[in-house]
Amino acid sequence: MSPRAAIEAENLVKHFGETVAVDGVSFSVPEGTVLGMLGPNGAGKTTTVRMMTTLTEPTAGTARVAGHDVVREPAAVRRAMGLTGQAATVDELLTGRENLRLIGSLYGLSPAYVKRASEELLGRFSLADAGDRIAKTYSGGMRRRLDLAVSLIARPPVLFLDEPTTGLDPRSRVELWDVLRGLVREGTTLLLTTQYLEEADQLADRIVVIDRGTVIAEGTPLELKDASGAAALVITVSRAGDLPIAERMLREHVSEVHVDEGARQLTAPANGLGDMTRIAGVFAHSEIELDDLGLKRPSLDDVFLHLTGHRAEDAQDGESSDDTSTTDAGEKVP
Amino acid sequence: MTTQSEAVRSETRDERPEIRPTGLLRQSLAITRRNLIHIKRMPEMLLDVTIQPVMFVLLFALVFGGSIKTSSENGYNEWIMAGIMGQTIAFSSFVVAVGLTADLDKGIVDRMRSLPINSSAVLVGRSISSLMHSSIGIVVMSVTGLIIGWRIRDGFLDAVLAYALMLLWGFSMIWVGIWVGSAMRSVEAVNGLMFATMFPITFVANTFAPTENMPDWLQTIAEWNPISSLVQACRELWGNTPPLGDDAALPLQYPVISTVLWTIAITAVVAPLAIRSFRRRTQD
Repeated sequence: MSPRAAIEAENLVKHFGETVAVDGVSFSVPEGTVLGMLGPNGAGKTTTVRMMTTLTEPTAGTARVAGHDVVREPAAVRRAMGLTGQAATVDELLTGRENLRLIGSLYGLSPAYVKRASEELLGRFSLADAGDRIAKTYSGGMRRRLDLAVSLIARPPVLFLDEPTTGLDPRSRVELWDVLRGLVREGTTLLLTTQYLEEADQLADRIVVIDRGTVIAEGTPLELKDASGAAALVITVSRAGDLPIAERMLREHVSEVHVDEGARQLTAPANGLGDMTRIAGVFAHSEIELDDLGLKRPSLDDVFLHLTGHRAEDAQDGESSDDTSTTDAGEKVP
Repeated sequence: MTTQSEAVRSETRDERPEIRPTGLLRQSLAITRRNLIHIKRMPEMLLDVTIQPVMFVLLFALVFGGSIKTSSENGYNEWIMAGIMGQTIAFSSFVVAVGLTADLDKGIVDRMRSLPINSSAVLVGRSISSLMHSSIGIVVMSVTGLIIGWRIRDGFLDAVLAYALMLLWGFSMIWVGIWVGSAMRSVEAVNGLMFATMFPITFVANTFAPTENMPDWLQTIAEWNPISSLVQACRELWGNTPPLGDDAALPLQYPVISTVLWTIAITAVVAPLAIRSFRRRTQD
């Protein structure tokens, strides 16, 4: 029995005048799972989220959130979902508690509930001590956590996160990931957009890769990695002088070796762990000292390159948050 | 919703709280309250309705007071008060526009629109708080006026009517503010546009100097300027000037009625533009 879909999009299209921002995007997110929407700036991710969250009407196609049509029943959709936008849209001049209270009262929640839920959320997101400080004094990570807490005040079963960790330092990013995993354990359905391949890999059950307004690939992180080729064995020798002899030794076991002298690295295709342990044994019995020996699975970056012919980073000109046009996407590779 | 998914959910997470449908008024007041907290946190936001107009009063009274002859029996200081208050309340469009642009720019408006509320609440809340903001200016002006010799010389009801006209005028200016605020992309752009338009509009009028001495063509513009009706109405209602004769422009002969008509006309023209501009800005 397959679980019900909490979020569904069928052939969503959005035109802005002449520009086609989203061109027939379809996906479905089962209840309690995470869909990662991966793509560079300008791919159409934000526009898709804006359509799913009733902020802008689709030019064509349909979408449902918790079973409600986004065009015909926007109020029901808004009651069922929370949205954390690209910039942390907390009110800078309000304290953390006041931010929660404002949104809680707009939802029409009872003041007693809002008070109780605010304390719980502040505690959970490590903001209890900062709750009475104005949000302007918060760090980037704290702001994002408050933004998320505000989105959760009415306990929505569906949550949309548009680039939730853009601009965060690595530690804050990992902290936010933990918070998101906690929500999923409790049954929340998540749709998150990201430019970070690692983020989709870490959090998502399924990934749709989106480029120039269309879905160019879909699958689990593992499926997408498998689709773009075998793993590689990467060996880093300690002394550059050992490179030629290490290369000769490696060639006895594998057909193809790539040498990177600057990095003192040898790369070779490998068939999983068996190859790796065998070759590790060979070097263990030699005079050659190694800094590192490991198996590198293809990253989602490799996946993106494989699918589109250009790197995800190619299209990222600066930290522009404008995702409403496809014209700034990277050059088309024939 | 299937019973099974409900059962699973209640095991794994707390029940959702009841989301009670609320009316536009309650939603608007929640947003008004938030805007007033902003003023409390950043009192310097009130400079435009406190220090700035007080400076105007003092500068005009001291610099021009001796050399401008007015129709007031009690001198320029008394005459100018309605003018400066008229300008202050006209600038409420400025207050609305700056606040709205900032909220649009920072994504606050989108955040509100993603909630199960009437999206007009954003505008209504902003309008109420801006009117309160400008009203503070009117109170400050009145006190300043009393100190430098301005007096309300007619009846209480007339005085109240004058203040009511000010608020009505402020109401029509809110639509101008929503229109400009939705169309502009940054607070700097709003400032630039509003300074370039609102200053000439509020000066080419009977606000700071009598219109008789202006060139004929300018005098006609000034007397038909809607703000002149408001200022003339307040001056008459406060007993700061005698009513104008037949030689004045038609609106100034019946300033109270023409102020009401002007505000209706401005609202009727600008409100649809403002709403269209706001929709276009937020829905794409």
